[in-house]
Amino acid sequence: MKTCLVVDDSGVVRKIARRILEGMEFTVIEAEDGAVALEACKRALPDAVLLDWNMPVMDGFEFLVQLRRMPGGDVPKVVFCTTENGIDHISRALHAGANEYIMKPFDKDIVIAKFQEVGLLALDTPAEA
Amino acid sequence: MTPPDYEYLRKLLKDHSGLDLAADKQYLIESRLLPLARKSGLSGIPDLVAKIRAGSSTHTVQVVEAMTTNETFFFRDKVPFDHFRDTIMPEVLKARAARRSVRIWCAAGSTGQEPYSLAMCLKEMGAALAGWRVEIIATDLSQEVLEKSKAGIYSQFEVQRGLPIQMLVKYFKQSGELWQINPELRAMVQHRQLNLLHDFSQLGTFDVIFCRNVLIYFDQDTKINIFNRLARLMEADGFLVLGAAETVVGLTDTFKPLPERRGLYRPSGVRAALAMPRPAMAVGY
Ligand SMILES: C[S@@+](CC[C@H](N)C(=O)[O-])C[C@H]1O[C@@H](n2cnc3c(N)ncnc32)[C@H](O)[C@@H]1O
Repeated sequence: MKTCLVVDDSGVVRKIARRILEGMEFTVIEAEDGAVALEACKRALPDAVLLDWNMPVMDGFEFLVQLRRMPGGDVPKVVFCTTENGIDHISRALHAGANEYIMKPFDKDIVIAKFQEVGLLALDTPAEA
Repeated sequence: MTPPDYEYLRKLLKDHSGLDLAADKQYLIESRLLPLARKSGLSGIPDLVAKIRAGSSTHTVQVVEAMTTNETFFFRDKVPFDHFRDTIMPEVLKARAARRSVRIWCAAGSTGQEPYSLAMCLKEMGAALAGWRVEIIATDLSQEVLEKSKAGIYSQFEVQRGLPIQMLVKYFKQSGELWQINPELRAMVQHRQLNLLHDFSQLGTFDVIFCRNVLIYFDQDTKINIFNRLARLMEADGFLVLGAAETVVGLTDTFKPLPERRGLYRPSGVRAALAMPRPAMAVGY
C-alpha cells in the first residue's frame, strides 16, 4: 500500500483528507505543520505528500524546499492543497518542485484527478469509489 | 405530471435533440423542468407543456436545452488525448505533410473543455505544426453552452478537474476566482450551433472527429444514422474518437475500431446506404 503524508494545521481538514485517501487505498500519516512533517520524512519517505501552505512553526513552502534537499527527497510526489489560489503562489510552488496543486475547497474528485495526474493512482479509479 | 404530458415531452425531446428517455424518467424531467417553469413565471410543468403545445418556440428551445446533460471536463478520460498526441497527430503530420492542414471537429463540444484540451495538445506539439493551418470546430445543440465555450471562462472547480496545473499556469489567465483561457487558444476554436440530428455535410471534411458522450443519449437507429453521416464527411484516413461508453461495434460497419486503442475508430471504406437525416424542425432545431 502507498503512503501519503497529510500536512495541515486543521484537524478537520486532515480528517477529511484521511477519509478520501484511505478510500483510495493509501496509508495515511498526519502532521500538523512543516517541521513535524519533515521529522516524519526523516524516519521514512512517503510516496505522496498532501501539503497545506500556511501553517505555524514551518509553512508548506519551506517544508517542500527542505524535503527536496534531503537524500531521496525528490521522489515523493508533492501535491499542495491550500486556500492560496493566486497564480504567483502556484508558480512559486511549481518552481520549488511541487508536482500538483489543489486550490481549496477540494473534494474527492479533485484529489483523485490530481493523484492520477502525477501517476499515484491508476487511471480507471472511479470517482465514486 | 400527467402521463399524456410525459409522453408528449418524451416525443418532443426525441424529435428535437434525439434524447431517448425511458418510460420511467418522470423524476428527471421534473427535476430539470420545474425550475425552468418557475423561472419563466409559470406555475408548473402542466403550464409549460401548454405553452409548448400552443406553439411557443422559446419554451421548446428552453425545454430541449434544459434536458441536455452538459457535464464535461478538461482532458476527460485522459486516454483519448494521449491517443490524439501519440497516434492520431503523428499520422496526420505524415499524411498531410504536403497540404499542411488539419481539420478537427468536436461534435458535442459543450462548454469548451474538450476543444480547448485539443488546442492545448496541439500547442504542446510546438514547432511540429509551424506553418500548418489548424482548425478546431466546436459545435453543440445548446446555444448556452456555446456562449460559455466562446468566453472560455471557468471556475476554480472546473479548472481542477483534469487540467494539469502546469497547463493552467501556461494557458490561462486568472481574474479573481475565475480563469480564462488565453486569446491565442480561444482563436484556435471556431464555434457553431449544430444539431446532430440534422444535415451537417456543410461543415466540410475532417481529419479527426471527437464525438464523445453524446450518442449515449440516443436510440440505436439515431446512432446508426449519425455514424453513417459522420463517415461521409471524414477523410478516408481520418480518425473518429468516441466516449468511454460508446462504440460502433454491432451498429455499423462504416467504421472499424483500432486494435489496442480504446475509443479510436477509422473509416472502413464501406459506404452505408444513407437514410436522409430528419428534416429541420420548424422551431429552430
Ligand atoms: C455530456 S456533454 C459531452 C461533452 C464532451 N464531448 C465530453 O465528452 O466531455 C453532451 C453534449 O451534447 C450536446 N447535445 C445533446 N444532444 C445534441 C444534439 N442532438 N446535437 C448536438 N449536440 C447535442 C449537449 O448540449 C451537451 O453539451
